[in-house]
Amino acid sequence: MKFSQEKLNKVNEIIARYPEGKQKSALIPLLHIAQEEFGGWLDVPVMDYVAELLHINPIEVYEVATFYTMFNMKPVGKYVLEVCQTGPCMLRGSDQIIDHIKNKLGIQAGETTPDGLFTLKPAECLGACGYAPMMQLGKFFKENLTIEKVDALIEDLKAAAKN
Amino acid sequence: MAVKLLLDKAHIEGIRYYDTWRKNGGYTAVEKALKMTPDEIVEEVKKSGLRGRGGAGFPTGMKWSFLAKPEGVPRHLVCNADESEPGTFKDRYLMEFIPHLLIEGLIISSFALGSSATYIYIRGEYAWIPDILEEAIAEAKANGWLGKNILGTGFDCEIYVQRGGGAYICGEETALIESLEGKRGNPRLKPPFPAVQGLWMRPTVVNNVETLAAVVPIINMGGEEYGKIGVGRSTGTKLISACGNINKPGVYEINFDLSVEEFIYSDEYCGGIPNGKRLKACIPGGSSVPIVPANLLFKTAKGETRYMNYESLSDGGFATGTMLGSGGFIVLDEDQCVVRHTMSLAHFYNHESCGQCSPCREGTGWMYKILKNIEYGKGKMSDIDLLWDIQRRIEGNTICPLGDAAAWPVAAAIRHFRDEFEWHVLNPEESQTRNYGIAHYADPREVVA
Repeated sequence: MKFSQEKLNKVNEIIARYPEGKQKSALIPLLHIAQEEFGGWLDVPVMDYVAELLHINPIEVYEVATFYTMFNMKPVGKYVLEVCQTGPCMLRGSDQIIDHIKNKLGIQAGETTPDGLFTLKPAECLGACGYAPMMQLGKFFKENLTIEKVDALIEDLKAAAKN
Repeated sequence: MAVKLLLDKAHIEGIRYYDTWRKNGGYTAVEKALKMTPDEIVEEVKKSGLRGRGGAGFPTGMKWSFLAKPEGVPRHLVCNADESEPGTFKDRYLMEFIPHLLIEGLIISSFALGSSATYIYIRGEYAWIPDILEEAIAEAKANGWLGKNILGTGFDCEIYVQRGGGAYICGEETALIESLEGKRGNPRLKPPFPAVQGLWMRPTVVNNVETLAAVVPIINMGGEEYGKIGVGRSTGTKLISACGNINKPGVYEINFDLSVEEFIYSDEYCGGIPNGKRLKACIPGGSSVPIVPANLLFKTAKGETRYMNYESLSDGGFATGTMLGSGGFIVLDEDQCVVRHTMSLAHFYNHESCGQCSPCREGTGWMYKILKNIEYGKGKMSDIDLLWDIQRRIEGNTICPLGDAAAWPVAAAIRHFRDEFEWHVLNPEESQTRNYGIAHYADPREVVA
């Protein structure tokens, strides 16, 4: 397992942002890149590789990776539906959105569909309270959700996965 | 007519890009500031009366003047863009749509504080915004506003963007610094304060996005003029992110003499409550600040009009008042259940506690479980007193303010809505099928009519 040359250049560019000897500061940005590159989650060999790149002990990577919610410690589906469930979204119907996804996909919170396509990951406030209910899908937010929009989104993603 | 200092150009097509920003008066503040001395800039910010816009409201100029300046030790400015307080999404708006305002504020502030490497720490979930900021930084650099020897002053400055990993606690400045160093976001014991030993144990100032953006109008108009706008110790303008049960959720720049009632009902702002529903309660400054029932929202306990500013919102202390906080304005209509909403917030704080201090680590979990029992018809009357007891033992007993932030919403909910909690306990079945409604916290508009 190794980053591509392009990613390695990016890694070096990130490390150069910090003073000499403070390369550990690049850890969280590197974990984001690693998670994107190696299947959407951080397996132990992936974390060990990041430790090697930064010349730090593997435990320093494990303790950070397990602290932050954006890092997945077990495999996830191709599409992770991170639906916000905190107060302001709740006021605008996030409970119904989450229940609908559970019923539609036949999974509970934190589970992945048997075909490996979808994981439902209820999330805490994502900073889109004015456009609630909402979810994070990969890099972007899907906002002002309705049951119909969620249905259409899931169908679109299923179609995209086939192509 | 309301004065706009931050969002005055937000409507201009293409304002995200350098050329449009520059054509519309952008970077004149940097030109002006770099002809001043760093101390003169700090003095202008002090005169402006600007208070930290992240939530605490601490005077920015004073914070800057605490920065230690030992010989030969680099100093850093860190921009706190870890906006994670439920109800708050104003910094996102600034960064997404008018990034050059922040970049300009960062250059001026970096010069004033002597930071040649400035970091924007942005919450990881805002995953597309670093691209926008990095593009703006590249544009600024290409036009000579960043890099080496800026405008021939001999001042070098680089701005870097770093994404977090999804942790509310990293909005606390010492946790943010730990995270920026590549560690878990555990807040540090203070002292030493970041102004003395911050990032990599170097003197550091951490400021919120909106605070740093406000430095631009302060330099453009002068600190004294800026200080004349507003009411008392609430100077300048404030961004409010409005959400919940309102017709027009979004980000608004308000003047501090705006009444809360006008903010909620005027078409210029929230546009009232949908479907003709009545107002039940409001959390005006992000989820950590006390919830207030409608009858204490438009008028203080003394019967005076309540305004959207630091002093007026906190009038009456926690007994009958609340706080302006981060400006995350959450409105609850008559159909909302305060027990359920409080439970949701308790779950949030339990999830986001870093686990370092036992009162917060354990207490937030207990509060969530007890609230869940009450909400789902399994509560006992003694649970309400137990909740009160737990929140009291968390407040003030933790390293960072997350403990207080978790305790206050629970305390305020019990203080003002105790009857709703009791109703849940006494009516375990009925409470599963309908909401308590509005009861005595009548919508003040209705009382008048």
